[in-house]
Amino acid sequence: MGEGKGMDTETTEVPGDVFRDVLAQISDFVRTRVLPREIEIMNTDAIPDDLRAQAAEMGLFGYTIPQQWGGLGLDLVQDVEVAMELGYTSLALRSMFGTNNGIAGQVLVGYGTEQQKARWLPAIASGDVVASFALTEPGAGSNPAGLRTTATADGDGWIIDGTKQFITNATEAGLFVVFARTQPAPESGTGIAVFLVPGDAPGVQVGTKDAKMGQEGSRTAEVTFSQVRVGPDALVGSDGEVGYRAAMTSLARGRIHMAGLAVGCAQRALDESVSHAASATQGGTPTGDFQLVQAMIADQQTGVLAGRALARDAAYKYVSGEDRRIAPSAAKLYCTEMAGKAADLAVQVHGGTGYMREVPVERIYRDVRLMRLYEGTSEIQRLIIGGGLVRAAKKQAS
Amino acid sequence: MNIVVLVKQVPDTWSERKLSGSDHTLDRASADAVLDEINERAVEEALLAKEAHGGEVTAVCMGPERANEAIRKALSMGADKAVHLQDEGLHGSDAVATARALAAAIGTVESVDLVVAGNESTDGRSGAVPAMLAELLGWAQLTHARKVTSDGSAVTVERETDAGVATVEANLPAVVSVTEKINEPRYPSFKGIMAAKKKPVSVLSLADAGIDAGAVGLANAGSQVVSSAPAPPKEAGQKVTDEGNGGVQVVEFLSGQKLV
Repeated sequence: MGEGKGMDTETTEVPGDVFRDVLAQISDFVRTRVLPREIEIMNTDAIPDDLRAQAAEMGLFGYTIPQQWGGLGLDLVQDVEVAMELGYTSLALRSMFGTNNGIAGQVLVGYGTEQQKARWLPAIASGDVVASFALTEPGAGSNPAGLRTTATADGDGWIIDGTKQFITNATEAGLFVVFARTQPAPESGTGIAVFLVPGDAPGVQVGTKDAKMGQEGSRTAEVTFSQVRVGPDALVGSDGEVGYRAAMTSLARGRIHMAGLAVGCAQRALDESVSHAASATQGGTPTGDFQLVQAMIADQQTGVLAGRALARDAAYKYVSGEDRRIAPSAAKLYCTEMAGKAADLAVQVHGGTGYMREVPVERIYRDVRLMRLYEGTSEIQRLIIGGGLVRAAKKQAS
Repeated sequence: MNIVVLVKQVPDTWSERKLSGSDHTLDRASADAVLDEINERAVEEALLAKEAHGGEVTAVCMGPERANEAIRKALSMGADKAVHLQDEGLHGSDAVATARALAAAIGTVESVDLVVAGNESTDGRSGAVPAMLAELLGWAQLTHARKVTSDGSAVTVERETDAGVATVEANLPAVVSVTEKINEPRYPSFKGIMAAKKKPVSVLSLADAGIDAGAVGLANAGSQVVSSAPAPPKEAGQKVTDEGNGGVQVVEFLSGQKLV
């Protein structure tokens, strides 16, 4: 079984029949409110204010935050179903509240002290505070062992120094969940701690919004921490050793969510392909009548079905505690690669039309490319899976 | 102010709708069922009235068991409780019988000041039930409202029909039916959905509501559908390729059909 501390958050607070209504509501929101505005989101590079307000009012900023703190308290099995709905439209929508429900919020839910939870989680759940997960640095991605940001003990508090990059929602963040190496280094342990740094703390500097290939409407930026002083209450879990485990757990959980999201993207790519093939004609014949087009659609559909089954299975195994290490990476690896292929095929099915701006598959093609990179590249996932299996076998042999 | 809002589950207008072969009534099983869109607006208006004057909103629904999905939607939007009139004997009821049954169901709700309904459902589209209901209750009817205001003792509506817009007023209790223009219904929050599950829904049979089984249902309907056939499939239209005189060709086509 997994690490005891985060376990209680893996029990859903929403029974199945109520969850069905919640999911139907999210699906309706995505398909009737957001989908018609995808081009607006792309062209303005922003989620319109009214959609943000609606999402917040509905409860989308805190659907995984426990009800005690103002959220809905979905577990990861349910989260994956939600992710599959959210993946159906511009990924920027999910990105807007993704860090609150996911990587950043989950660090607090799983490892925060009661005081830390009481201070931050209600505002995170309501969307009044956007939380950002500040782990990645120019020289350290998925392996926190390479972190260079430091937290130096100063009286009873800490002084944080370092630079983080590609930080999602940094430009809106009211709270940074910052991973740093404690100084002086402890004699044993990882020496990686995680801190809660208010967005307006002196010394926090957020760079300009990054220009990206896709995912218009979602915002990332570099964040610099220069001599940022925080009190002892900023140290998550009041424990300087929590950081490494919190990062690993939050990322593993996030990978399953990401797998679900990728399945949603692939489903949309498939639906767009099928509807195009059934209506667009070449020489008077619907292109879907051509067997080579049918073959592409068949490959997309097979990938979607396999990915959905894998994402759901990985979520069940995570919640039960059966596997929180290999399956999350396998699901993220397969589903994001599958979504990449499905998006590529979708452009192919559309022919020249698929290369045109404002055609949904052109956006999907660019949007999904990031999925194989963030929250651990495909290569990192392969290392976790392959390395993990070999290590386990060696351990058994010795 | 205690408000009753009438809600109805209808087949989704986006799904294929048909009549059942045996008795020409609506085939409810063959289509996705949803809360009628106009009822969402009625619920919104009822909630706005409650927010302005206090009191309770009760959703009243007549329909099969499955209609509880429509009731839950109304409750998740914010209605306080519901009455679900559910009886096999109601199957095939016409507008008059429906109004009678609803009047009886409304009679089970304590001290009602206002009934809000959609002006017509998207399935039956008779548009007669709100007026008939007002008649049976002996209350004023203010139909086709595009705006509703109340001071707590009287209700004023802007009534919009093809004939124009009239401002009408009546003392409470009254029945108001609303049009598509009335408001933008709120979106239920997840908390609203959670809360809906715990709200009381009183399920009534004909006997519970004191309704005479001989006055409702298909056998007692004032009119009967004796035969029905699906609408013929759309024929292929005529394509006009614009080679400089497309506009003229379109006008010629319309004029040929005596449309312009």
